[in-house]
Amino acid sequence: MVYRKDIIPFLLLLPTLAYLVLFLGYPLVQTFILAFTSDKGAFGNFQQLISTGEFWKTLKNTLLITGVVVPLQLVLALLLALFVNMRFRGYTIVLYIISIPLALSDVSAALMSYSIFAPMGYLNKLLLKLDIIQYPIYFFGFMFKTREFWVIVLTEVWRATPLVFVIILAGLQAVNKEYLEAADIFGFSAWQKFRKIILPILKPSILSALLIRTIFAFQIFGVVWLLAGRDIPILAGEAFYWQTEVNNAHMASAYALIIALVSLIISWAYLTFLKPAQGSTA
Amino acid sequence: MAQVRLENVKKYFGHVKALDGIDLVVEDQKFVVLLGPSGCGKTTLLRCISGLEKVTDGRIYFDGEDVTGLPPRNRNISMVFQSYAVWPHMKVYENIAYPMKIKKYEKSEIEKRVEWAARLLNIHELLDRYPAQLSGGQRQRVAVARAIVLEPAVLLMDEPLSNLDALLRVMMRSELKKLQERLGTTTIYVTHDQVEAMTMGDMIAVMNAGKIQQYGTPEEIYHKPANLFVAGFIGSPRMNFLEMEVQSKDGAVIFNSETLEIDCPKHLLDKIRDFSQNRVVLGIRPEHIHLSRVESAYPLKGEVYFTERLGSDTIVHFKVNEVRIVAKIPSDVILREGERVEFFLDLSKLHVFDPETGRNLG
Amino acid sequence: MLKKFLIGFVAVIVSLWFLTPVVLIVIASLTPSSDFYDPQKLFPTKLTLDHLYKLFVVLDGWKATLNSLEVAGISIGLSFLVGLPAGFALTRYVFPGKNAFRLSILLTRSFPVMIIAVPLLVLYIRIGISDTLLGVALAHTSMILPFVVLITSSILSGISVEYEEAGMIFGLSRFGAFAKITLPLALPGLAASAIFAFIMSWNEVFIASVLTLINRTLPAHILNTAMTSPDYFKFAAGTVMALPAMVFIFFTRKYLMSMWGISLK
Ligand SMILES: Nc1ncnc2c1ncn2[C@@H]1O[C@H](COP(=O)(O)OP(=O)(O)OP(=O)(O)O)[C@@H](O)[C@H]1O
Ligand SMILES: [Mg+2]
Repeated sequence: MVYRKDIIPFLLLLPTLAYLVLFLGYPLVQTFILAFTSDKGAFGNFQQLISTGEFWKTLKNTLLITGVVVPLQLVLALLLALFVNMRFRGYTIVLYIISIPLALSDVSAALMSYSIFAPMGYLNKLLLKLDIIQYPIYFFGFMFKTREFWVIVLTEVWRATPLVFVIILAGLQAVNKEYLEAADIFGFSAWQKFRKIILPILKPSILSALLIRTIFAFQIFGVVWLLAGRDIPILAGEAFYWQTEVNNAHMASAYALIIALVSLIISWAYLTFLKPAQGSTA
Repeated sequence: MAQVRLENVKKYFGHVKALDGIDLVVEDQKFVVLLGPSGCGKTTLLRCISGLEKVTDGRIYFDGEDVTGLPPRNRNISMVFQSYAVWPHMKVYENIAYPMKIKKYEKSEIEKRVEWAARLLNIHELLDRYPAQLSGGQRQRVAVARAIVLEPAVLLMDEPLSNLDALLRVMMRSELKKLQERLGTTTIYVTHDQVEAMTMGDMIAVMNAGKIQQYGTPEEIYHKPANLFVAGFIGSPRMNFLEMEVQSKDGAVIFNSETLEIDCPKHLLDKIRDFSQNRVVLGIRPEHIHLSRVESAYPLKGEVYFTERLGSDTIVHFKVNEVRIVAKIPSDVILREGERVEFFLDLSKLHVFDPETGRNLG
Repeated sequence: MLKKFLIGFVAVIVSLWFLTPVVLIVIASLTPSSDFYDPQKLFPTKLTLDHLYKLFVVLDGWKATLNSLEVAGISIGLSFLVGLPAGFALTRYVFPGKNAFRLSILLTRSFPVMIIAVPLLVLYIRIGISDTLLGVALAHTSMILPFVVLITSSILSGISVEYEEAGMIFGLSRFGAFAKITLPLALPGLAASAIFAFIMSWNEVFIASVLTLINRTLPAHILNTAMTSPDYFKFAAGTVMALPAMVFIFFTRKYLMSMWGISLK
């Protein structure tokens, strides 16, 4: 490394810093300002938001989706990672197939799911053809919110499990083979090996996957918006609605701010929970 | 070809004084080795000379010209890196030719010189390969070829042999040395292997803690170590050190400790008389302790404590009244542990050091 | 033997679970409407490019696709232009505040991008770039840039400094050594991260939908027209969205793990 003392590194960082301040920092401040200005004082938007009752439904839905989706993803991803990590012949192909959803947007994932669950989708046609049902089952529409909810859950699980999977698999690959061989010598059962060796080593990966997924689940938008519209209101969806359909940037900002706040709390939890664990495995 | 002169060169990394005032003159066409323990600043010094590292203080001159502020490309130097740094995306030919391409040499000239360097290093058949397809030794030759192809004023090498196996290392040692003699390029060579330093260097600069402890020929370094550090660092096994008191006895000068008494040899008498303190550290190399009486030998009786057989020699650890002394003796003498023997210190090879400053009083 | 069979079985089930929806939507996008509304025909008897054609030509999908490409192109170019020097500084220099910088870059990754969309719209209206592709690209860049900084720093740190230093010894300037030695060595990794950045931009729907009305990117266009279009257009749209991403992912599969590892850290 050359010319350690001079200002070159700062010059190199400057464009990035300037850009982020301009296009991340400034809008962030603006969001605050927008959210905290209204006809009825600084907290007017939030008062309106809380008083409508819509907000609590929104928060409840977002929490519910997060609470159902994230644990499901975790369990599935853990199983998948353990499976792929067996490194059977052709496991790279399976690995590639599992990672396909990583490249897909929520929009296309939602549309794929729609192709299956639409009134004339594959599922209904299959059931009709097998004479199991006489009329198509409707999964979408405000009368079928529960069904919509489960379709959304299924779509999210399908779409984002690979993300958790990738993180956990990376953690698994760091598990030293010798630990497991030592366990074999001591006659550990497969379950004991998992409980006593693999799981503790995986803990940091699992935690980080968990919290990252939680943050992203809180920002869920495309899938819900496409499949359920505002039948199932969610935080990001409301922000979008207030901005594009009501043209009220203040309310939209208030919603956005709440998402950011929750993300911040989760990030904070992530950093405090993970710090000691990272230190001990480093 | 150039003379290199360093004047009070300092390099600090924050609080770490990697180089703490280096003065060094490397004469034209000489092969100088920087030798020292890990972390003593050898690499840092080399990098300062190359210009890859900016000095904190001090000046560097090539043939009297101040190059301290010049970037590496304007110093007419070249370098062989420890990892060789042979560019992986270029074939061997391109690697060797690239320095000339940068300097816009004629194509025919480039071809001629690559040919010359490749022949010299015997890598002619490898020109069409990528570095990934070469062995460590071959890659090292490519790095050397690239370094000499432009006949630089100064050639810098940072432990170029450390990644090779023992056999290849010995072979390359003599080849590099011969090559340098043939080309006459001023060379500064970093190593922490003292055998390498002794066999290759015209001059050796022994470094420790960012300072040059001694600068001299291999013979000087070995026979007249400037201080305790050099005396202890050079030679294997390590020199024996004995803390002693200087006393007069019957008009003669003797060194005395609770358990040992040694007469001061004549060649040291004047120096000891001039020395104001009465405590000294005696140093004697294991190879200067013998089992048979030699001239100027001083007899001691001890008990064999432990032996290490190395094949050609045997290292014997004696105990003389609780003081451990190590000797190197021919392997045909068999000593059993616990055996009491008389052995002889060759006092003409005795060194005396000031325990405070470490300076060699001889 | 039994174990082998079991593994094979599970592998097939897993693969089917992840592949089937993709295959189904591709088929659906090629199904003639008559076959689609025939409950007796689970799979079409013949395939048609009709829906794709209509999506592209009649429903302006072509324009939206071009818009998406343009936005992604600008975002990638801009984020590499701005971010590459920072990534280089992070790997090749020691300076005070380095860790703080890296950490804050990491933190922006857990920052919900939707929060910047609304105020940016206000700003864009003021400076006259509302409803432009440039505006969307600028916003996407702020989402991609932190990733580019981290990934380039990781790629560059995988390339020994000594290659670059050798370049400087043998006649190149500091910048020349970077451009002529390090950059070519980093190129495969940088290309992969560019593709990754492309997918980030290509898939982003919230910001694009908020910031534009007429000049919509493909996902924004789909999001805002899908609800009112016949089903088979939705499938065509989903297919068009999915295919390029999948093709690109295929070419970068070697880097897949490390990319996601970095983008999620
Ligand atoms: N870039 C750097 N930043 C901070 N300290 C450094 C840096 N480079 C070297 N040092 C410190 O400077 C001192 C000298 O290092 P240097 O690499 O020159 O040692 P060396 O003699 O080459 O050792 P070795 O034989 O292990 O290669 C060491 O204490 C080292 O930790
Ligand atoms: Mg070194």
